[in-house]
Amino acid sequence: MEGTKIKIAVLSGKGGTGKTLVAVNLAAIAKNSVYIDCDVEEPNGHLFFKPEQLKRHDISVKIPVVDEKLCTGCRSCVAFCKFNALAYINHKLMVFDEICHSCGGCSLFCPEKALSEREKVIGVVQNGKSEDVRVISGIMNVGETSGVPIIKEILKYANEYQDITVIDCPPGSACTVMESIKDADYCILVAEPTLFGVHNLNMVHDLVTLFNKPYGVVLNKCVQSENPAETYCTEKNINVLGKILFDNELGTINSNGLIAIRQSDKYFDVFNQLLHKVSEEVQHETVVNP
Amino acid sequence: MKQLLILSGKGGTGKTTMATAFIKLSSATAYADCDVDAPNLHLLMHQSAKAIESDYFGMPKAEINSQICVQCDLCRENCRFDAINFDDGYHVDPFVCEGCGVCEELCPVGAVSLKPEKAGDLMLYKEDVVFSRAQLKMGSGTSGMLVTEVKKSMKSAAEDAEFAIIDGSPGIGCPVIASLSGVDMVLIVAEPSISGIRDMERIIETARKFQARIAVCTNKFDTNIEIAESIEAFCKKNNLPFVGRVPFDLEAVEAINKGNSIIDSDSTSGFATRVVYKRTMELLSK
Ligand code: SF4
Ligand code: SF4
Ligand code: SF4
Ligand code: SF4
Repeated sequence: MEGTKIKIAVLSGKGGTGKTLVAVNLAAIAKNSVYIDCDVEEPNGHLFFKPEQLKRHDISVKIPVVDEKLCTGCRSCVAFCKFNALAYINHKLMVFDEICHSCGGCSLFCPEKALSEREKVIGVVQNGKSEDVRVISGIMNVGETSGVPIIKEILKYANEYQDITVIDCPPGSACTVMESIKDADYCILVAEPTLFGVHNLNMVHDLVTLFNKPYGVVLNKCVQSENPAETYCTEKNINVLGKILFDNELGTINSNGLIAIRQSDKYFDVFNQLLHKVSEEVQHETVVNP
Repeated sequence: MKQLLILSGKGGTGKTTMATAFIKLSSATAYADCDVDAPNLHLLMHQSAKAIESDYFGMPKAEINSQICVQCDLCRENCRFDAINFDDGYHVDPFVCEGCGVCEELCPVGAVSLKPEKAGDLMLYKEDVVFSRAQLKMGSGTSGMLVTEVKKSMKSAAEDAEFAIIDGSPGIGCPVIASLSGVDMVLIVAEPSISGIRDMERIIETARKFQARIAVCTNKFDTNIEIAESIEAFCKKNNLPFVGRVPFDLEAVEAINKGNSIIDSDSTSGFATRVVYKRTMELLSK
């Protein structure tokens, strides 16, 4: 894949399916890759990579502050705020930081110019290296409600570095996931062989279809018995990129926060194959839908 | 109504499995699934009747009438969410628009209007028991508000219920914060891994901000006994009641695939879950 920049998003309807396992190992095997952890509420990728030479910077949003000397109590800001983040109580304007969406409207429209904005830190971006992988994580502060500004910020790194970028998406199919897959060239959906697994796969499947993204499925934690997720893929004619068997060895490596391809030749091969498969798919896509 | 909320910080730890077991063991007459993004509880709690469905409207979205628009660019310049694009004219990306209303207020010719948009479905099952859940429409934001609606509709449909169980949402963001408000106790299901510990710490910190009482249990504790023990040590050090360990159990996986609860069979995990249940309920009744 020399010279071509590709962005691969790894997602699953829910946490716990092995999304981070797949994303971390793919980035680790790709060489000169970037791993971006967009699961800013529970970022775990860095626990595996243990990146060094860390650089951190704060991410902040703008919150209004009132100059009480100028405020006349006209309440037009309160009336404007669609999120009810402002209230005028006891001759004082109160700002509820946690529910403010930082739209800037109140300051813009205050007739007395009594409102200005201050920066409020909502999390950090951590940038480091683990062997030859660039590891970027966004970490949202506890008590904050939305990680979207952090996700926007860390996705900027996808264009800055090497050939392959692996984006570890947040769970679910809400706005944060959409933000994470918007610019992806290819999506990998990770699914568990359970009833829940199928239900969740169905949701992310709808999402990638809606966004018109090329995609394939990795079946994780496969056991001997029937695999509802595999049946789903067969029925819907979905490309299965690979199967990872349920395995105590992998479980232990993973729960101890180690990277499977750096620990075991077996998993080196498994993820190497997966990477090749995905690269082929992406090349195929660029030929068919340039 | 006493409310017990089950949380895990992250999905996949067995939160919903635990919630199902608790609902069955307590014969709860009211329960709710607050994971409005990827709800699973209804897959295990079989409902005989159909749900009463209602539309959920989240924040409205802006719309630009190109017939009126004079292309002054004010709306695009001032939209903090980069939701307005210009190509052959001005357009709002509905997935990005937060409905803040800045563009509507600014537009000199009144070309922008905020239109209500359906953001999800609320579903309420109301027979002998009340079960409230919802499904957020793909890519909609403001799931916290929908979580609040789910809880509200459970409460008003089951006014007489003394006890309710709520299956929480993953993460630590707005839906979790919304599910935390007003509950009496939180049971945190932790998984013994390096990432599991980190997730647990973050969810405990979040729950503490809301002054909720907290109990912790581990699921699949035997997949990494060393880390499972450090979770227990963490609880001890931080004065958090630890209410039990549930082992990993392939039988449980099969039970769930058949749509059953782990307490329906005589499995080791089923037994351990009963212990967790008993201790949690003792704490809750204190
Ligand atoms: S709009 Fe300005 S003057 Fe009016 S209440 Fe708000 S801050 Fe005060
Ligand atoms: S910035 Fe927007 S959301 Fe925040 S208080 Fe002002 S009007 Fe409300
Ligand atoms: S309503 Fe707010 S977010 Fe939506 S387009 Fe207008 S300014 Fe942007
Ligand atoms: S502010 Fe109104 S007139 Fe100006 S570009 Fe936007 S929609 Fe058009």
